[in-house]
Amino acid sequence: MHNTINTINTINTIQPELTSKVIKEKVKKNIVVDVKNLAAYFGKTKVLKEINLPVPRNKILAIIGPSGCGKSTFLRCINRMHEVVGGTMTGEILFDGKHIMKYDPVQLRRKIGMVFQKPNPFPTMSIFNNVVAGLRLNGVRNKKKLSVIVEQSLKQVALWDEVKDSLQDSGINISGGQQQRLCIARAIAVQPEVILMDEPASALDPISTAKIEELLYELKKNYTIVIVTHNMQQAARVSDLTAFLYMGELIEFDKTSKIFTNPALKQTEDYISGRFG
Amino acid sequence: MFYKSQLKYKSKTKKKNYFNRLVEAGNWGDLIFERLTQFFALLVFLLVILIGYEMYSGSRLSIQKFGWQFLVTSTWDPVKEIFGALPAIYGTLVSSFLALMISLPLGLGVAIFLSELSPGWLEKPLSFLTELLAGIPSVVYGLWGIFVLVPWLRISVEPFLNKHFGYLPFFRGAPYGFGMLAAALILAIMILPIISSISRDILRSVPDSQREAAFALGATRWEVIKIVLADSRSGILGATMLALGRAIGETMAVTMVIGNRALISPSLFDPGYTMASIIANEFTEASSDLYLSALIELALVLFVITIIINMAARLMVWRMDRKWETVK
Amino acid sequence: MEFNLLRRKVNNYVILSLTFIAAAITVLPLLFIFYYTISKGITYLSLDFFINMPKPVGEVGGGMANAIVGTLILIGIGSAIGLPVGIMTGIYLADFGRNKLGKVVGFLTDVLSGIPSIVVGVVAYTLVVIPMRHFSAFAGGIALAILMIPTITRTTEEMIKLVPDSFREAGLALGIPKWKTSVNIVLRSAWKGIATGILLGLARVAGETAPLLFTALGNRFWSTKIFQPIASLTVYIYDYAKSPFSEWNQQAWTASLVLIILISLISLLFKFLTRSKYKSR
Ligand SMILES: Nc1ncnc2c1ncn2[C@@H]1O[C@H](COP(=O)(O)OP(=O)(O)O)[C@@H](O)[C@H]1O
Ligand SMILES: [Mg+2]
Repeated sequence: MHNTINTINTINTIQPELTSKVIKEKVKKNIVVDVKNLAAYFGKTKVLKEINLPVPRNKILAIIGPSGCGKSTFLRCINRMHEVVGGTMTGEILFDGKHIMKYDPVQLRRKIGMVFQKPNPFPTMSIFNNVVAGLRLNGVRNKKKLSVIVEQSLKQVALWDEVKDSLQDSGINISGGQQQRLCIARAIAVQPEVILMDEPASALDPISTAKIEELLYELKKNYTIVIVTHNMQQAARVSDLTAFLYMGELIEFDKTSKIFTNPALKQTEDYISGRFG
Repeated sequence: MFYKSQLKYKSKTKKKNYFNRLVEAGNWGDLIFERLTQFFALLVFLLVILIGYEMYSGSRLSIQKFGWQFLVTSTWDPVKEIFGALPAIYGTLVSSFLALMISLPLGLGVAIFLSELSPGWLEKPLSFLTELLAGIPSVVYGLWGIFVLVPWLRISVEPFLNKHFGYLPFFRGAPYGFGMLAAALILAIMILPIISSISRDILRSVPDSQREAAFALGATRWEVIKIVLADSRSGILGATMLALGRAIGETMAVTMVIGNRALISPSLFDPGYTMASIIANEFTEASSDLYLSALIELALVLFVITIIINMAARLMVWRMDRKWETVK
Repeated sequence: MEFNLLRRKVNNYVILSLTFIAAAITVLPLLFIFYYTISKGITYLSLDFFINMPKPVGEVGGGMANAIVGTLILIGIGSAIGLPVGIMTGIYLADFGRNKLGKVVGFLTDVLSGIPSIVVGVVAYTLVVIPMRHFSAFAGGIALAILMIPTITRTTEEMIKLVPDSFREAGLALGIPKWKTSVNIVLRSAWKGIATGILLGLARVAGETAPLLFTALGNRFWSTKIFQPIASLTVYIYDYAKSPFSEWNQQAWTASLVLIILISLISLLFKFLTRSKYKSR
């Protein structure tokens, strides 16, 4: 639809002085994940239709849209989790300028972390081991190094003070909100470049949700975040950019302030104001 | 789950009120229905008590005569009427553990393949085939053992093992075919479906969110499976113990291939005996009360061992079932 | 890092292939057993096998009419005792079992299902054969009944529990007494499930040998008397397998084939019932 135009618009709004080649290069470098003409399928059903969406570094991109519109699928295409459940995709997704299909999926997922809707800590592992699970897979064995990273990661998600005395307890004997922060800590412990979050707060109480939102703001300094959310206020509060998906199509993509105050399309406005969805 | 338990609670209180109401209303039909089914439930209760009692009283003669010696001495001599069950206990445990050592890795492999890897079209027929294995009568396994497995062991496998691994005490002696190795192999085949089908169900009960968490961290498929296995370990241990219980009590197939001699030998080629196979072989020949009593005591020992193992196993599988309720 | 990744990938493929091999190895003995049972058993499989009596040693031919009938009679006696006990206990556990007795009986049902069948044979011997002073079909039937009770109890219980509470409430709301609701509405909608449980129990029991060895014993002659020893396919297979006569060995294969066909018929019926249950929902 208006995707291409929107994309250019957005780049222009982010970097309005965009003219010379040099600057174009710079912008390109600033785009961590560049989605071009992405279509995704479950069998023969097309659930994403020709999506074009550049994700700039150190920003928070919110994906909104009614349930079933393909938000999760979009996220899962980026770290190739889509193929794990037997889906297929066409088009291009460039991660750091390289097509994701040229990465080894294992390595790609190390660099693009993911947090799920329901907290999913490993119940047989202690809190400590949950945080370092990804590192252990990558062959990091050094105890001291692991301890340092555990402390860092848990501090980043503001969980350190709550669990520092029970690091050896199972990862499931803490509250749901704590579990979700533990999962975020687990994702950032491997120092990914991008973190994908699929409705990370929708299963949590308001207080835990607020904590996670605060956390996002902190995480932005080091990571690029793509967050799917059902909650319009949340998208408006936390994100820099917002993309509105509907029935597998990218309807509008712009700065969050623009989308929520002055959307270009009527459809977007209707959705945001709660007229459908 | 929470909703379910609420329902239960509700219907319980409702039952009481209802009961009072019906008695007041003079509706005795319900009461009779309840009492009737209760009668049969009591019957099952009494049956188990009776089984325990019958075996205890049947073996009293032997218990009085031999005491604990019954379990630790190794002479089984019906002519002199000296009965020590050690060779049978040894044979039972060794054949069962060997069988477990063979079928645990295989069964787990099958379970992993079925629940994590196999494409949909292959999974159903494969599950069906492993379940068919469980449906073949023990005596048919025995028949197959006598005419196919044992000759194969005697002619090919045992000479081969003897030649290349003869320095180990397990592979010494004449290759009879009939013996501990044959018993262990046939038991392994028989318990494989138990291990594989229960483990498969247990692996499947691990929520997909666990797999996704691992994949998203950059785990290879095998590393994902390792995490799923860690999540299921108590359930798999339970499945293993259920299989062990089955192997220990298995009678016909073992009796037909183990060689039936009360012998304790490290060599797997040598014949042996199990508790179940002694009973099967000698029960109708028991010429004296003491002999019969010793055989019944064997049954008692078997009963106690299998009950303990089964209870532990069920506890573990059951704990596994509840586990995911605590993950939020 | 790169080397580590390579190692992990190699590991991955090696182990995944191993699980595939495990699956293949598991299927192998099954194919072998089926192959031998069918190819060896088919030689004697004819109408004669079903309608003739066994011949004495040395004579060729003969059938196992007495054993086939004997097996059916034994299953019949087992069912006559085991089904009512199992089904009623299952109903009790599902409808009234949330008390102490229910919990204990549920537990004992599990205990019962773990008891080796040979032990059940010993018990049936001390309970029936000793007081009656001789082996009998009845004693064998008792043993089989004990063996089928746990399967039937548990499936009945589970199937009744699967019936939605709304069915019951609908009945109660109409003012139908609880027991009539149970019988007419709950049991009627659960019967297919219960029938599958019964078949499962029968299939398990049809292949039993050990509990019959010293209860029903066996019989070379035609007998349908309940209080006399009776022949069964499984005991025949055992005796003929051990015998030195190759003629009898052959017949053991045929008897195995017949037994497996019998059990397969039962399981097919089982599959059929479970399938149509899914369809109707
Ligand atoms: N595993 C799957 N197999 C087939 N179709 C699926 C699967 N998962 C999701 N879908 C379908 O794909 C579409 C997009 O789903 P999803 O990305 O989960 O939407 P959202 O996250 O926006 O709610 C939906 O129509 C859904 O029914
Ligand atoms: Mg979703």
